[in-house]
Amino acid sequence: MKKKIPLTGNAAFAEAMRQINPDVVAAYPITPQTEIMMTFAEFVADGLVDTELVTAESEHSAMSACVGASAAGARVMTATSAQGLALMHEVVYIASGLRLPIVMGVVNRALSAPINIHCDHADTMAERDSGWIQIYSETAQEVYDHTILAIRLAEREDVRLPVMVCQDGFITSHGVEPVEILDDEVVKKFIGEFKPWNPLLDTDNPKTYGALDLFDYYFEHKRQQFEAMKHVPKAYEEVAEELSKITGRKYPKVEGFYMDDAEYVIVVMSSTAGTTKHVVKELRAQGKKVGLLKIRLYRPFPKEEISRLLEGKKAVAVLDRAYSVGAEAPLFCEIKSALYDVKAKPVLASYIYGLGGRDTPPSLIRSVYEDLMNGNISKEEKYLGVRE
Amino acid sequence: MPLTVRDLLKREEKFVYGHRLCPGCGAALTARLTMLAINEPVVVSCATGCLEVSTTIYPYTAWRVSWIHSAFENAAATISGVEAAYRALKKKGKISKDVKFVAFGGDGGTYDIGLQSLSGALERGHDFLYICYNNEGYMNTGAQRSGGTPMCADTTTAPVGKVIPGKTQWRKDLTAIVAGHHIPYVAQTTLHNPLDLVNKVRKAIETPGPAFINVLAPCVRFWRVDPADMIKLCKLAVDTCFWPVFEIINDEWKLSYKPKEKKPIEEFLKIQGRFRHLFVPEKRHLIDEIQKHVDREWNFVLKMCGETV
Ligand SMILES: Cc1ncc(C[n+]2csc(CCOP(=O)(O)OP(=O)(O)O)c2C)c(N)n1
Repeated sequence: MKKKIPLTGNAAFAEAMRQINPDVVAAYPITPQTEIMMTFAEFVADGLVDTELVTAESEHSAMSACVGASAAGARVMTATSAQGLALMHEVVYIASGLRLPIVMGVVNRALSAPINIHCDHADTMAERDSGWIQIYSETAQEVYDHTILAIRLAEREDVRLPVMVCQDGFITSHGVEPVEILDDEVVKKFIGEFKPWNPLLDTDNPKTYGALDLFDYYFEHKRQQFEAMKHVPKAYEEVAEELSKITGRKYPKVEGFYMDDAEYVIVVMSSTAGTTKHVVKELRAQGKKVGLLKIRLYRPFPKEEISRLLEGKKAVAVLDRAYSVGAEAPLFCEIKSALYDVKAKPVLASYIYGLGGRDTPPSLIRSVYEDLMNGNISKEEKYLGVRE
Repeated sequence: MPLTVRDLLKREEKFVYGHRLCPGCGAALTARLTMLAINEPVVVSCATGCLEVSTTIYPYTAWRVSWIHSAFENAAATISGVEAAYRALKKKGKISKDVKFVAFGGDGGTYDIGLQSLSGALERGHDFLYICYNNEGYMNTGAQRSGGTPMCADTTTAPVGKVIPGKTQWRKDLTAIVAGHHIPYVAQTTLHNPLDLVNKVRKAIETPGPAFINVLAPCVRFWRVDPADMIKLCKLAVDTCFWPVFEIINDEWKLSYKPKEKKPIEEFLKIQGRFRHLFVPEKRHLIDEIQKHVDREWNFVLKMCGETV
């Protein structure tokens, strides 16, 4: 029996965590993620889960404890945002390098300086090369579904990699939406028992994690990690398909909206995809051939699907809620690279939007489509909604 | 019953030959004695540093136990995760045996960069033993100063120059900082007497909750001494009261060793190359200052232990 209840994105993540009942959760508060840990701590206090909650003294230690717990043989989860993720940075690489299937909720927030607590994607973009799978969520429903999906994906024998489930700070994390929740038993059955491999706690068969790996082996071990990431697209599809059967919802790596005959397309991730869908419907009502490409799985980057969907379009605008100071914005850069191999290349435009939580109303999205339709496209990136 | 050498001889070594630590390395002996003292199943976490890089060069290891290295500053946080996993799995009936947990960090990884992670783990009350093998500097990166380096030592980031006589600050009292956490077991020792360390490890391991031992573990290269003199050096450290050895059990301080006759600090300093620059007439006042500081620290310990000063 599925039931629909009003939840924030944070509460949706916490609810999924309750149903997953991880062995260990180690975390440290940071806005706008705090609510996840407060909600989960209540679950622990009320005995609704039997998780060991490690209330670490910092995010660096939280991720370190996650690494220790996961290597020990536990199912492990955590959550963070912005500065917290940045403080974890060193250990984020260790988690993936040691092939530990930790699942982390990231509530996207701008990085300092200047200090800001609102949404952009600079924090997770800074970790895009860290070897974690990254899934971006448009709605609280997606946060919930992705979290359950992430557990299965991370723990697949052919994957064994950590996953970040991202959502937009204060937009998704604090907005209340109706979320359809699966039965506890259904979730339990879907994720199954965690079967650790090479756990430290198998002390009869001692294990070594994190040995010194010089030029004679490091490269080969990294090569294996890259290979594991290559298994993700297929593994992802299989897990997503299985979850779809239960929920009735689809989780393609990239989601096309009115793409079939679209000539003018916006590529965007997370909550802004929702705003864009609204604008697409309005413009479609006026007979405009517009479409949206929403990226759900950002790491590994679904290059093939993207180039297939964008080939032959007239003009494509890539909206980045992040930046790379001194170079092209990250998503734009990768879309451009994905299109290198296609024959009929669309004209490309780069837009940076929403930094530090700057509001991105439908009117701004509409202005992007208008730029595309009017050929108002420059080589330089544009800043959406900034005061120049 | 305290362990004896005879007991130890019967035990299987869990930290074994084949590592690449230097002859006379204090960290190696600390690790070996610690592992000898623990007969139970154990998981070890190691901070980045000499002990870590020299003992697990892939595909080899000198550890016959489960072992994890994550980063430099997080040995305590990492082991707290392992220990939390153990508690979770035990609660769920997935593990039945009793397992012990030990973290090793150098003074760099403990006095400095890892202090926060250590403090957090102690405050949270994880059941583990943290051993600081304290060689009073960063050895793995080439003998730089740490917060545990004593005043006037010659280090590569606080070198002896024409105007500056080595490190210009006193070392911090990490053991007292740890004692401030009021954890059930805290101790300080060195390698002057192997059984002192072994029996402190035993007590620490048998005490539920967090335990900490600060082991003065000379680095013969940094201290510039003959490897054969390592133990002699540790004896001088306790006999000059440069390194008091004591235990703090449930906030009760207890002296483990009181020299019959306190030797002057020169005796400890003069056999080490890192203090050689002090032994010229114009630097005499520095030795006097060091003596005064040693006396002050020693008196503090005596007072805490309820001994007469
Ligand atoms: C974040 C970080 N900063 C710096 C280093 C470089 N580093 C590795 S080991 C080390 C010194 C270790 O000193 P200590 O903890 O005293 O152990 P020892 O080498 O003396 O055994 C340093 C500075 C590092 N690995 N990580």
